[in-house]
Amino acid sequence: MSAADEVANEARPVEATPKRAMTLGIGASLVMLALLIIGPMFVKNFIVFQLTMLLIYALAVLALNILTGGSGQFSLGQSAFYAVGAYTSAILIEHFGVNYALTLPVAGIICFAFGYLFGQPALRLSGIYLALATFALAVAMPQLLKLGVFEHWTGGVQGLVVTKPDAPFGLPISQDRWLYYFTLVVAIGIYIASVNLLKSRSGRAFMAIRDNEIAASAMGVDVALYKTLAFGISAGITGVAGGLGAIAVQFVAPDSYTITLAIALFLGMVVGGVGWLPGSIVGSAFIIFVPNIAEEVSKGLSGAVFGVLLFLVIFLVPHGARQVAMVAQGMLGKLRKG
Amino acid sequence: MELFINQVLAGIATGAIYACMALAVVMIYQAIDHLNFAQGEMAMFSTFIAWQLMQWGVPYWWAFLLTLVFSFAGGIAIERLLFKPLAKAPVLTNVAGFIALFAIVNSVAGLTWDFTIKQFPTPFGSSPFLGSQLISTHQAGMIGVTLGLLILLYLFFQFTRIGLAMRAAAALPESARLVGINTSWMIALGWGMAAAIGAIAGILIAPVVFLEPNMMGGVLIYGFAAAVLGGLSSPLGAVVGGFLVGVFENLVGTYIPGVGNELKLPIALALIITVLVLKPAGLFGRPIVKRV
Repeated sequence: MSAADEVANEARPVEATPKRAMTLGIGASLVMLALLIIGPMFVKNFIVFQLTMLLIYALAVLALNILTGGSGQFSLGQSAFYAVGAYTSAILIEHFGVNYALTLPVAGIICFAFGYLFGQPALRLSGIYLALATFALAVAMPQLLKLGVFEHWTGGVQGLVVTKPDAPFGLPISQDRWLYYFTLVVAIGIYIASVNLLKSRSGRAFMAIRDNEIAASAMGVDVALYKTLAFGISAGITGVAGGLGAIAVQFVAPDSYTITLAIALFLGMVVGGVGWLPGSIVGSAFIIFVPNIAEEVSKGLSGAVFGVLLFLVIFLVPHGARQVAMVAQGMLGKLRKG
Repeated sequence: MELFINQVLAGIATGAIYACMALAVVMIYQAIDHLNFAQGEMAMFSTFIAWQLMQWGVPYWWAFLLTLVFSFAGGIAIERLLFKPLAKAPVLTNVAGFIALFAIVNSVAGLTWDFTIKQFPTPFGSSPFLGSQLISTHQAGMIGVTLGLLILLYLFFQFTRIGLAMRAAAALPESARLVGINTSWMIALGWGMAAAIGAIAGILIAPVVFLEPNMMGGVLIYGFAAAVLGGLSSPLGAVVGGFLVGVFENLVGTYIPGVGNELKLPIALALIITVLVLKPAGLFGRPIVKRV
């Protein structure tokens, strides 16, 4: 038994999630959906905005979840893809006058290509090395966006202001609400597509690679293709989320997309449960609302509160929201029988 | 030519700090196979302790020693309390743990000593070294301390029983356990030493970058670059990598037009990615072989 063996056998990047455990039951899904549709009708515009951001970050966490929970690859660099998506949308809207809805597929495709290309060198890295390389990407991105060469398009340090779209067809709802429902439709579409992706042949290939790369390649899975594909798809979804984010915040600037965002998305995935897609929204809620709560508990100590909460999650519920949901399901089952 | 020599020497001096950080990163990587993303924050915290001791009137070198002892104990405490229970957890959980530690240390330091920039004294002075205009005594001191540290570590690992035990525990944990080495405590010892080495790096760089809670961000990334360049499994490689990265950073900043301060960071990162892709084992590392 050499050190090399241990790297191969013991130090797995992620714990395997059985395929059936990756989604939510029909009943729970419907309840969740109803809440998401009805909820925003009764709250103030600012809260609607926060809920929109909740959905957008949930999409970004979902994208990371496909990459890490699905294909077992790491990324601390999602903020880079998010930034590229946001800038693509912003530039298309402001410089070319493209309709905001049409910029999202473009952002998705550009980010897919970017992720696919980044996936090529990343193929040779795994585990902690991949975390380091993607970390590097995330740290470098804001500085690249500030470069003088692109300043004409990106607005340099100052960034770009994006106009907020009105509700179409003269619908009598506020801009914030319209944007919320627009985001909700996009998010649901992507969620369903992701669930189906993981159930498909490609999804099974991802999971085979995650569980044992060597065995997967012996079974005829094209490891290089599927690993880069996972990177591309994850980047594409993150790009769409970034585009939506740019429209919702109405502003893009290099310093909005620092490593802090990438770390937040990563934490969202850990809290939501790696490989459990519905957990993405729980993780997203954690990264949006917990810093606010921490700030209220003690100003200045918010980082510490955040860190302590994270340690609590790691030690008490290492599988995140998935574990909580499983326990709740088990208890419900017992109640019904009893 | 004078400019060239000047930049190389300045590069070697900052490289000494990167070498210390890389050494600290490698110590922990050797022990537990994870990169400590909170290494820089731990070093920053130690530097604040040293500063506080000096504010209380403790002489420089006593404060230095006390800080090392404190950091050593702190490193061991962190390992025992937080990371020992995570030893069997997947890589992902560990990375999350390091990020949590990062947030806690950074926030506590900011709250205790606030975010204003503080001056940090140097015991070497900043006059020209040996009458030469090229390098200051503080820079020479940084290089000297790093080399001294490297020699001490070499002697420790090569010629003491406990150094041998630590190497054994890192290389072949199962076999080491069978011959009666307490591998768990060897890991804790690795953490303690890494924290102490990080403290030295922090104290040496603080007079240059000034003391504040976010001072180690850039330094840590260069430390990672150095560790990766030298190969994550080799302490000697980490030091060589540190010096190389320091010189490279300075030369690129001087001679390639358009690379000002703002692009220095992306360059370190490009270096990390290039090394990882072309030669993942680094210059001195041992390649990881997977047995099927």
